[in-house]
Amino acid sequence: MTMAEALPIPGPSPVQPALPLPAMQAMGLCKAYGPITVLTDIALDIRAGEVHAIIGENGAGKSTLMKLLSGHVLPTAGQLTMEGQPVEFADAVAAEAAGVVLVHQEILLAGDLTVAENLFLGRELTRGPMVDDRAMNRRAAQILASIGAHCHPRDPVGGLPLAQRQLVQIARALLEPRKVVIFDEPTAVLANDEVAALLAVVRGLRDQGAAVLYISHRLDEVEALADRITVLRDGRMIGTWPARGLSQRDMAELMVGRKLDMLYPPKRPAAAADPLLRVEGLSVDHGAVQGSFAVRPGEVLGIGGMIGSGRTEMFEGLMGLRPATGSAVLNGAAMAHRSVGAWQAAGLVYLTEDRKGKGLLLDEPLGPNLTLQALVEVHPRLTLDRKAEGAAVGKAVADYDIRVRSVHLDAGQLSGGNQQKLLLAKVMLTDPQVVIIDEPTRGIDIGNKNQIYDFIDQLVRTGKACIVISSELPELVGLSDRVLVMRGGRIVAELTGDQITEQNVVYAATSGEGHGPQGAQP
Amino acid sequence: MTAAVASESAGPRRIRLADMGPFIALAVVILAGVMINSSFLSGTNIANVVTRSAFVAIIAVGATFVISSGGLDLSVGSMMAFVTGIMILAMNRLEPSMGGYAIVAGAGIGLVVGALCGLLNGLIVTVGKIEPFIATLGTMGIFRALITWMSDGGSIPIERTLREPYRPVYFGNVMGIPVPVLLTLVVVLVGAFVLYRTKYGRRCMAAGSNADVARFSGVSVAKVRTMAFVIQGLCVAIAAICYIPRLGAATPTTGQLWELQVITAVVIGGTALRGGKARVWGTVAGALILEVIANLMVLSNMVSEYLVAAVQGVIIILAMLAHRFIK
Repeated sequence: MTMAEALPIPGPSPVQPALPLPAMQAMGLCKAYGPITVLTDIALDIRAGEVHAIIGENGAGKSTLMKLLSGHVLPTAGQLTMEGQPVEFADAVAAEAAGVVLVHQEILLAGDLTVAENLFLGRELTRGPMVDDRAMNRRAAQILASIGAHCHPRDPVGGLPLAQRQLVQIARALLEPRKVVIFDEPTAVLANDEVAALLAVVRGLRDQGAAVLYISHRLDEVEALADRITVLRDGRMIGTWPARGLSQRDMAELMVGRKLDMLYPPKRPAAAADPLLRVEGLSVDHGAVQGSFAVRPGEVLGIGGMIGSGRTEMFEGLMGLRPATGSAVLNGAAMAHRSVGAWQAAGLVYLTEDRKGKGLLLDEPLGPNLTLQALVEVHPRLTLDRKAEGAAVGKAVADYDIRVRSVHLDAGQLSGGNQQKLLLAKVMLTDPQVVIIDEPTRGIDIGNKNQIYDFIDQLVRTGKACIVISSELPELVGLSDRVLVMRGGRIVAELTGDQITEQNVVYAATSGEGHGPQGAQP
Repeated sequence: MTAAVASESAGPRRIRLADMGPFIALAVVILAGVMINSSFLSGTNIANVVTRSAFVAIIAVGATFVISSGGLDLSVGSMMAFVTGIMILAMNRLEPSMGGYAIVAGAGIGLVVGALCGLLNGLIVTVGKIEPFIATLGTMGIFRALITWMSDGGSIPIERTLREPYRPVYFGNVMGIPVPVLLTLVVVLVGAFVLYRTKYGRRCMAAGSNADVARFSGVSVAKVRTMAFVIQGLCVAIAAICYIPRLGAATPTTGQLWELQVITAVVIGGTALRGGKARVWGTVAGALILEVIANLMVLSNMVSEYLVAAVQGVIIILAMLAHRFIK
C-alpha cells in the first residue's frame, strides 16, 4: 500500500549486502499514548559510519521515534538491539551509558555558566572534594576543537551566538565516545553559513565511525548529507532508500503521498475584486523579511512553510504584537498605527496558533472568554450587560456547535476542538472583514476539523477574506485558493490553481535558493 | 436550545467552597473570640475592631486591583505616610484663609497626590518595564524618606483649630455606625462594582490571568495595570483622610509595615497573588481577620501581644495551605 509503488522511485532495496551487525536496530517499534497511536511498526537499522536521515511532515512521528531510540520515551511494543544484542533503555541516562545520545532541537544550556561548566554539568570532574576546573577546561578545549567550535571553555554560554551554543550542546553530547548520535533538526535555528559548519561536524562524526541519525525539514541538507533516507508518514514507516536514488522532489512526494478526500469544501470561483487587505514590505525582527501580499474578498489565502519559517512572526508583526516595519492598507484605508485594537476597529482579526497560551483564559468560563475581544460591542454601557453576554454565549454555542455540559465550565476544561471553536467565536464577535487564522486545526479531531473548514468556506462565500497559516499540508492545499510559501522569513513562492499541491509546497518550503516551481512574485 | 443556554448563563454562578474560605475563617475567629472573652462581642469592642481595620481594608481594596491585574505594590505604607504629611501641610497652609474648608481642600489635594503617587508607580512598572516588586520597593524607600525629611525626623501636627471640625471623620458615627466603617463600605462597594460590573474590571482580570491572551485580544495591558496603581493611590489617600484625625499628626513611622498587612489581607481573602482572581469582599474579610486576631490577643492573656505578627504570619501560611487543599 505504500505510495512508493505508484511513484517513479526505486523501491526499498530488497536484498541487503552482507554487512557487519548494525550499530542499532529497531524492530516492530510502536508507541501509543492511551488510545492515540503515534508510531506503528517501525523497523530501522542504523549502521556505523553512515548518516541515516529521517524525513516526514510535521506530526509524522519523527521526534517520537528519536525519543524512543534514545531512551527519553519508552516504546509500547517492539525491540531494540545494539550490535545484535537486545537492549532496553529505562531512561535517557541508560541510553547514554550504552552509547546512544540525542542532541536536542531546543538549546538546553544554563546561560550564566561557562562553556566548560555546561559541558560537565552533572558530571563534573573532581579532585578529592574539589571541582577540578583546570581539567575540565582542558578537556572542553579538546572537544570544542574537535568539532570546530571557536568558543573558549571559560566563555559564558549566554553571550555566545546561537550557532556556537548549538555546538556546545553537541560537544556536551560527545563528551564521551558514542556509537549512535541522533540529531533532531539541528539546523532549525541556524543561518545558512552556520549550517555548512554544522554539516561538517556531522560528516566528521560519521567518518570517525559513529552511526548518525539525522532529522531535518530541510531536504537540501538531507540530500547533501545522508547515505540512506527513511520516510515516515502519519506514524508509519513508508520505507528506507539509498540517498543516491532520491531527488528532493522524490523526497517531498514520499513525505506527502496521500490522497485527498472530501474533508475539504469545494473550491470557490476565482476572486476578482480589489484586495481587501494589501501589505507591502513587512519586516519583523527575527521573523519576516520584506513580506508583500494581498488578499481579495471571497478568497482563502494559504500561508505555507515549515515551522520556524517566520509565518507566525510575520502576522504577529502585522498585528502590532511584535515590532515591525512596512505598510498595510485595509479596505482602502492605510493603517499607520497598527495594534490589535486598531485592526479590530478597521475589520481585521488574528486568531493565534497558541490557543492555550495566547488565546483563552483557561481559568475563566465561556462568557468572559467570548466577549473579551468585543467588550465594547457586547457591553456598550458603563456596566457589564450580563444578559447580552449570556445571549452571545448561547448564540456562539449554537452557531459554532461548541459542546459543553455547562456554560459555567472554565475554558480550560473544554476539549481542544471546542476551545478552538470558542476562540473562533470570540474573534468573529467583532464582525471582521478579514480573518487571519494561524493553525486553524492544530491538535483537534477530524470531526471538528471538518466543521472549521466549512466555517472558513462559509465565511469567504459572504465576501470576507481569510488567511490560513498551516503546517498541515493537506489542509493548506484543500482550503486555499492561493498559497504563499515562506522559508527563512521570506515569501519564496506563490502557488495558484493547479500549482497548489503538497509536493510544490514542500519543495518551495525546503529546497533551493528561492526558485521553487514558480519563482517568488513579490 | 439557544434560549435555554442563554438563561442558564444569566443565572447565578455556582459557588465554590474555596471562595467561601475567608468568610468561614472569619466566622471561626469570631467564634473563638466569643469563647475566649465574653466582652469580645460587646458593641464597643466590635465597633473598635471594625474601625481599626478600616485603614488596612480601604488600602487593601486598591491592592486587590493591583494584584488581580498582575502587579504588586509594596509602597502603600510609605505612600500613606507621605500623603498624610502633604495633606496636613496643605491644610495648615490653607487654614488662615479658608478656615474649616481647608480640610476639604486638603483632602482634595490628598486625593490628587495619592493618584499621582499611584501613577508614578504604574508608569515605572508599565513604561519602564520594571518588575512591580522592585519598582515599588524603590518608591517605598522614596516616600518613607520624604516623610522623614518633611517632618525633620519628628512629627507634622495638624493646626489646633482644625482638630475639632476634623474629629468626626474618624471618631464620629452615623446612626451608630462609625464613619470609617461607612467609608470602608463605600470604598468596597465601589471597588466591587468596578471589578465585577464594568469593562475595566474584565480587562483587569484578563491582564492578570494571562497578559498574552489580553494583548492578543486587543486589551492594553499597560493601561489597565497603570490604572490599577492609580486606583491604589486613591485608596491610600482615602485611608489617609480618615487617619489624620485619629492621631492629628504624620510621623516617619506612620503606616510602617502596613504593606504587609494589606497584602496579607488580600491574599487570605482569596485573591490570587499571581493575578487574575479578584475577591474584594474576601479582602475585607481578610482585613477583619487580621484585626480580630490582634484584638483577641490583647483581650486574652494566653499569648503575649508581642506575638501578634507571628500569629498573623501563621494565619497567612495556613490560609494558603487551606486554599491549595480545598482546590
